[in-house]
Amino acid sequence: MKFREEYRDGEAAALLAAEIARTVTKPWTLMEVCGGQTHSIVRYGIDTLLPPKVTLVHGPGCPVCVTPVEYVDKAIEIALRPETILCSFGDMLRVPGSHSDLFAAKSRGGDVRIVYSPLDALAIAKAEPARELVFFAVGFETTAPANAMLAWRAKQEGIGNLSLLVSHVLVPPAMRAILDGLDSRIQGFLAAGHVCTVMGTREYEPIAARYHVPIVATGFEPIDILEGVLMCVRQLEEGRAEVENQYRRIVRRDGNEAALKLMSQVFAVIPRRWRGIGDIAGSGLGLAPAYAHFDAEHRFGAVSTHDEAAGECISGQVLRGVMKPPDCPAFGTRCTPEHPLGVTMVSSEGACAAYYRYRGLAPAKEPVA
Amino acid sequence: MTIDNPFALSCPAPLPDGERIQMAHGGGGRAMARLLDEVIRPAFGDAELDRRHDGALLDIAGPVAFTTDSYVVDPLFFAGGDIGTLAVNGTVNDLAMCGARPLYLSVGLILEEGLPLETLRRVARSIGSAARAAGVRIVTGDTKVVDRGKADRLFINTAGVGHIVARAPIGPQAVRPGDAVLVSGDIGRHGIAILAAREGFGFETAIESDCAPVAAPVLAMIEAGIEIHCLRDLTRGGLASALVEIAETAGRAVALTEKSVPVRPDIASACELLGLDPLHVANEGRFVAIVPAGEADRALEIMRRFDVARDATAIGAVAEGPAGQVSCRGPLGVARAIDMLNGEQLPRIC
Repeated sequence: MKFREEYRDGEAAALLAAEIARTVTKPWTLMEVCGGQTHSIVRYGIDTLLPPKVTLVHGPGCPVCVTPVEYVDKAIEIALRPETILCSFGDMLRVPGSHSDLFAAKSRGGDVRIVYSPLDALAIAKAEPARELVFFAVGFETTAPANAMLAWRAKQEGIGNLSLLVSHVLVPPAMRAILDGLDSRIQGFLAAGHVCTVMGTREYEPIAARYHVPIVATGFEPIDILEGVLMCVRQLEEGRAEVENQYRRIVRRDGNEAALKLMSQVFAVIPRRWRGIGDIAGSGLGLAPAYAHFDAEHRFGAVSTHDEAAGECISGQVLRGVMKPPDCPAFGTRCTPEHPLGVTMVSSEGACAAYYRYRGLAPAKEPVA
Repeated sequence: MTIDNPFALSCPAPLPDGERIQMAHGGGGRAMARLLDEVIRPAFGDAELDRRHDGALLDIAGPVAFTTDSYVVDPLFFAGGDIGTLAVNGTVNDLAMCGARPLYLSVGLILEEGLPLETLRRVARSIGSAARAAGVRIVTGDTKVVDRGKADRLFINTAGVGHIVARAPIGPQAVRPGDAVLVSGDIGRHGIAILAAREGFGFETAIESDCAPVAAPVLAMIEAGIEIHCLRDLTRGGLASALVEIAETAGRAVALTEKSVPVRPDIASACELLGLDPLHVANEGRFVAIVPAGEADRALEIMRRFDVARDATAIGAVAEGPAGQVSCRGPLGVARAIDMLNGEQLPRIC
């Protein structure tokens, strides 16, 4: 694949790691925002190439992890109704609700279908006009345009048997909430490259100025991440706090105008609760008034919010970068992907799942080979 | 014409196109006899079946390997194969992994009422030609029909018997530290072919399943006196699951080098797009051979003589421990742990 191997080149990585080591004079703690970046870091061992003074902590950018438990419960409730088809991205099926998950709902007879594109849900709704199709619309700004396109097309085509259960979240308010936290130790951010592809980098400028943190829009390949770290560390060492763009081959300062226009038509900014983190003002997207009749909560009852039961899981601290997965006493023992205590162990973008999958039970274990 | 018309039952006319499987086709009566005579037996083409006995009467000398597998793949037909070729090759390959020469298969068909007869014809022909290609005989079988909605079109069970030709037991227990880990070709094609067929991704290039019998290169290695310690065919769960199983049973570690694991560029691209790890993607015509390091080159040379293993290559080595650990050294030189997939990557791929 063109433009893949180039960004996974061992020699280029070693050169960047050496340049980072030459640049760093003080200890710095950086957060990579996106779960995709976390997986890349853990899978390729990028953190092990960095000098000890640079610490990477993992951010909240796992959409599945932060979807509130009550939305999972609602999706299960909808899926178990005889007239409904619940369509979801595959990642959501294993996510535990209060008592169950969507895989269990499927085994109990619920019609739960995995789709790869939101528009697949439109095709199913058209093919089965006697059924009510509900699309579980989760994710960050990255998935919002495609999900908005589903609602827009359904409206254009007058599809009456389709609705969306929307639990969209936005990155910048979460970054502010993390920085406002008393336990925050974040000194710089690697912003999520694909979120920036849609949104651009403009909205990070006030954050960089207000909190005096460097923010570097960064890609997902090893070379991207190492370059993002280098750019961030250079800023810190020089006392700068600017928004920079490492992911220049994709990200523009103004984002994707067509996507932003569609999102602004279909969605409106609302307060949102984040699983493991709590309520964050202005941190979510809900359907705009013009699309209210496509809201699954209008058709099947509103999602009732309730406080999460406090348990052993530290996923809230993991998602805010306060703790790392191996810091959890349950990691790899009482909490595994087969028996997860929290969503960060379930999702393919979850930090705990990344450590479990790529580092085995002992994260610091020496490689065999 | 319908099959429950008494006049039609005695009609010698061939089964018309467009006909569908009905409950009577599994009822043990005339309709079933006709199905077997006109569709199944001609396709399978074995004299033993023509005797219409309750079972096959066989004469096998020496130690025997015996295996069974059921096939429920969806879709039934995909690029590079279908449920019929899978059902033959899967069981043939399991026998080969035991160090056995595959000899005989049984074929059990479970048909859903309403299955187009043409579908059954196609699958039966595939079973017959796959068996001939693999050099095995189909000597006994069974056909059942279940009510519409009680099965998904067509399920197959095959069992197989083979004559063990390996001189020493082949299995994880024989694996030693320092052994070379060989794979018979590029990985991940079957899983991606099924996914492409099912989801209609419309990749630019057709991705065909690797579904194939792999007995020939295995038997050739045995005949050449290669000291094979372990064989495992790669099916669901991919290379990762096979190696983790071997490492766990053997109580050894396996260390791979990512760049030496053969993955075709189109498969690598599809995996990137879909967020899959090729190490976890299913195969149906690939196997791992673990041999003493000193035998690796000769084993590879023999494997590569066969089309099905022409890209055979060494991908890693067995280490003393930690027991059960499989690791893979990535492009940055850092090793990551390889585990079995949790849950299913894709249901009903074989």
